[in-house]
Amino acid sequence: MELIGAAGAASTLDLLAYSPPGWGANLLRGLWNSILIAGGAFGLGLLIGIFGAYGKLYGGPVLRDLLAVYTTVVRAVPELVLILILYYAVTDAVNQALIAFGHERIQISGLAAGIVVLGFVQGAYATEVLRGAILAVPPGQIEAARAMGMPATLLARRITLPLMLSYAIPGLANLWLVATKDTALLAVVGFGELTQETRQAAGATKAYFTFFMAAGALYLTLSLVSTYLFARLERHARRGQPSVGGAR
Amino acid sequence: MRDDTASRSPSPEAIRIEGLHKSFGPLEVLKGVDLVAHEGDVVAIIGGSGSGKSTMLRCINFLETPSSGRIVIGGEEVRMRPDGSPADRRQIERLRQSLGMVFQQFNLWTHKTILENLIEVPVYVLGTPKDQAVARAERLLARVGLAEKAGAYPAFLSGGQQQRAAIARALCMEPRAMLFDEPTSALDPELVGEVLGVIRDLAAEGRTMILVTHEMKFAREVSSHVIYLHNGRIEEEGPPDRVFGDPKSDRLKQFLKTVA
Repeated sequence: MELIGAAGAASTLDLLAYSPPGWGANLLRGLWNSILIAGGAFGLGLLIGIFGAYGKLYGGPVLRDLLAVYTTVVRAVPELVLILILYYAVTDAVNQALIAFGHERIQISGLAAGIVVLGFVQGAYATEVLRGAILAVPPGQIEAARAMGMPATLLARRITLPLMLSYAIPGLANLWLVATKDTALLAVVGFGELTQETRQAAGATKAYFTFFMAAGALYLTLSLVSTYLFARLERHARRGQPSVGGAR
Repeated sequence: MRDDTASRSPSPEAIRIEGLHKSFGPLEVLKGVDLVAHEGDVVAIIGGSGSGKSTMLRCINFLETPSSGRIVIGGEEVRMRPDGSPADRRQIERLRQSLGMVFQQFNLWTHKTILENLIEVPVYVLGTPKDQAVARAERLLARVGLAEKAGAYPAFLSGGQQQRAAIARALCMEPRAMLFDEPTSALDPELVGEVLGVIRDLAAEGRTMILVTHEMKFAREVSSHVIYLHNGRIEEEGPPDRVFGDPKSDRLKQFLKTVA
């Protein structure tokens, strides 16, 4: 308490200033890395989710079993454990393979590894969110497209996926917010996302309260902006559907 | 019992069904039914609940997969595997594009406006230039009395308006034949007339149609041939005045009495 009181408002601003000796640039760089990872992981997760959902709904028995194992295992094991397993085990496996084929060991970028690892986790949740949303689409509308001779991929792109979006968006918005916060877990493997940058700044200056409050504010801002954007997206996806709000 | 098709105009065949069987698991819904529709024919399929009439219609465009039998659309036989499933997905898609289907529940796409519903398949599947498709769609909407609803979303239309839009959507593909699956069964009674009016106009202009319906008066009025299905078999068929005016089988007599 005394430390904070002694530091005063002016020095708090100094600590958070954009240019050195302030640490603002580091925090913003961390935030940007977090957004990149969350965005990449969410996108990859969405892609896995679409294939996963279609696979679970229409795939053969082998594919369905594989997908069931994937979604069960990923959703059962804590993210932190998965990140440690996937980050160390996967980079190690890649390097073992490279060496076996006579190549040099490579350093896998934290960004790429983070996206792949979190995307893999997100994909399991997205599979279930999208599967539920596709099942919620009135079957008659899919049947109408089929009856008019629409090929399957076009039907998915033009009819099923846009229709299921309004059912999927609340779940997907949750997944995105989880993704932004899960990026913090990558601090354990030393990747310079927001939490890691904050920890370094705090450690160097001993101003823990200031920096973690600042990080919290940045996470909150990211979440508020995301919520606003998802609300707009949901309004677009629900076009043509009468509002239920008036019935309250 | 069978109507002599040779006595009618010798226009080319649009749809032919031969020896069609369909089972859902152990339940045999269709036990060998036949149908021939020449171009310009209006075939009405009537029968009680569970008689297999909707299934028969849905087998024509393979929304249901037949268990066995032959289906010929415009002289082209649908290639089937021994279990009745279609052997050639592309052929099914192509043939479906020549059959306009109208459903009991309308099934308009709720995320598209009425105009977008109409031009979707012409533009994105059939490759019609967009301005051409829009012009045709607007003409068809005017014809079914919905010109001012082009920009509206389906949920904001009445059931009768939605069904008229769905008919216009099917027509927008310029199909060889129209398939109607109980098109007025989901409508409030006061909305039935406007939809039947549109179908009546189509019949009058000589469109080929297969119509599954509970509207007996209407079936008698518009059809050129009536099929009465009972328990998956054709119990009786013939020209409408004969079937409705002078039914032969006891089951049909009974049926007509209960629905009258």
